[in-house]
Amino acid sequence: MSKRIYLDHAATTYTNKEVLNEMLPYFTEYFGNPSSVHQFGREVKKSIDVARDRVAKAIGALPEEIYFTAGGSEADNLAIKGVAYANKSKGNHIITTKIEHPAVLETCEQLEKEGFEVTFLDVDQYGVVSPEAVRNAIKDNTILISVMYANNEIGTIQPISEIAQIANEKKIYFHTDAVQAIGSIRINVKEQNIDMLSMASHKFYGPKGVGALYVRKGVKLISIIHGGSQERKRRAGTENVPGIIGIGKAIELAYQKFDENNARITMLRDKLIKGIMEKVPYTRLNGHPENRLPNNTNFCFEYIEGESLLLNLDMKGIAGSSGSACSSGSLEPSHVLLAIGLPHEIAHGSLRLSLGEVNTEEDIEYVLQVLPEIVDRLRQMSPLYEKVKGGK
Amino acid sequence: MYSDKVMDHFSSPRNVGEIENADGVGEVGNAHCGDIMKIYLKIEDEVITDVKFKTFGCGAAIATSSIATEMIKGKTVEEALKITNKAVVESLDGLPPQKIHCSVLAEEAVKAAIEDYQKKKAQ
Ligand SMILES: Cc1ncc(COP(=O)(O)O)c(C=O)c1O
Ligand SMILES: [Zn+2]
Repeated sequence: MSKRIYLDHAATTYTNKEVLNEMLPYFTEYFGNPSSVHQFGREVKKSIDVARDRVAKAIGALPEEIYFTAGGSEADNLAIKGVAYANKSKGNHIITTKIEHPAVLETCEQLEKEGFEVTFLDVDQYGVVSPEAVRNAIKDNTILISVMYANNEIGTIQPISEIAQIANEKKIYFHTDAVQAIGSIRINVKEQNIDMLSMASHKFYGPKGVGALYVRKGVKLISIIHGGSQERKRRAGTENVPGIIGIGKAIELAYQKFDENNARITMLRDKLIKGIMEKVPYTRLNGHPENRLPNNTNFCFEYIEGESLLLNLDMKGIAGSSGSACSSGSLEPSHVLLAIGLPHEIAHGSLRLSLGEVNTEEDIEYVLQVLPEIVDRLRQMSPLYEKVKGGK
Repeated sequence: MYSDKVMDHFSSPRNVGEIENADGVGEVGNAHCGDIMKIYLKIEDEVITDVKFKTFGCGAAIATSSIATEMIKGKTVEEALKITNKAVVESLDGLPPQKIHCSVLAEEAVKAAIEDYQKKKAQ
């Protein structure tokens, strides 16, 4: 197998070489503990401050509002549990949506077990949460609203500024999981009234296992990992120094190259969507037709199952992902596809191809050449397709 | 995740298709759960002389359908009824634990097709 085309950038990206080069000295040369008073510690502390500045600058925050974590999941947990536990006396109601990442959904479900009340809002057929629905769900005891910036499966971008505005009016904390949005959308937390925002470095060409939570000054939030006084006592544990250096460099590069990268990736995305919709019958595009991440495509091919599609694509060197039950290890297809109203049998046939910096027009042409044949072959084997064709 | 044997049957499935005027047809599973298997049998003197299948499902579902058709071809109806899910999985050199439920369908589809044959015969 010679060809290898990676179209799963929403799952993770490689670490950019420039990012890696900046990280490497922090394994061997600058290895001190940033909490130490000696020069070994101090020099590392300084570099962490630079990384913090870079992250803050990218989203319009202050450096002291950035807390480094071990990734997107931890940032989501810290935001939601941290606010819930700290504001229990004010209320116990949380509003979120049905299409959040499990890092948010399962955290909220855990809080339900602990006595909190959670409203999981519906979305429309494109996966959009209506700001009015958010407004209507607010109660006297609502303490937190958490709505993801952009969906990791179908790429739909939410009306975050409107929702944050409503939360702000009602004096309710607003958190957004922006793990998929960083590097693909320009964000300014101050102008957009965002109180908390989660990110994960490995989605924008930084290393895995490091993320950050922005927490607006004044938000009442308690630590969920107890121990030392790192991260101003909101996240105990000796810092993942190389990782933090990495996320700082990665986010800086992502926004330096923002216009150029996103224009090109959007062009490739649209070529891929157009080609697939033209070449493959009985196909639907999932997510919003325009308001979607520049790198996201998500389709349902009726009458076939997603995992067998992924395996066939993999044999041709194409890496994608699917929301079918069989590719997730559960018996249910993706909760996101069900939330946008797809019936189970169609949700099983989903394919997400997410683009990145490395992809070229030739990659897209190759996919457009290979994919229709694979779908057709699987349909020829499908007892469901037989019925559609009215038997031959 | 999958054994070489599974990938072999998945990438070049044996006996795919339909049999016109089949002596027995069995369809099991449903689209809700993501796996459907349909098996067609040609039976002469209680011997399965030809078998074809169509499957909507994951890699494990397709591979088990394929190997199950190989296992029953040329066998008597009585022998084919003895095919178990365990035997199917073993002949594929195993399946990941979360995929076992996909493989049960092969045994069920074979049984359903034979039942259909016996019902037709009794008429
Ligand atoms: C929207 C969203 N939130 C949270 C996460 C979790 O991030 P991590 O894997 O870095 O913990 C992901 C990553 O898959 C994601 O896409
Ligand atoms: Zn399956």
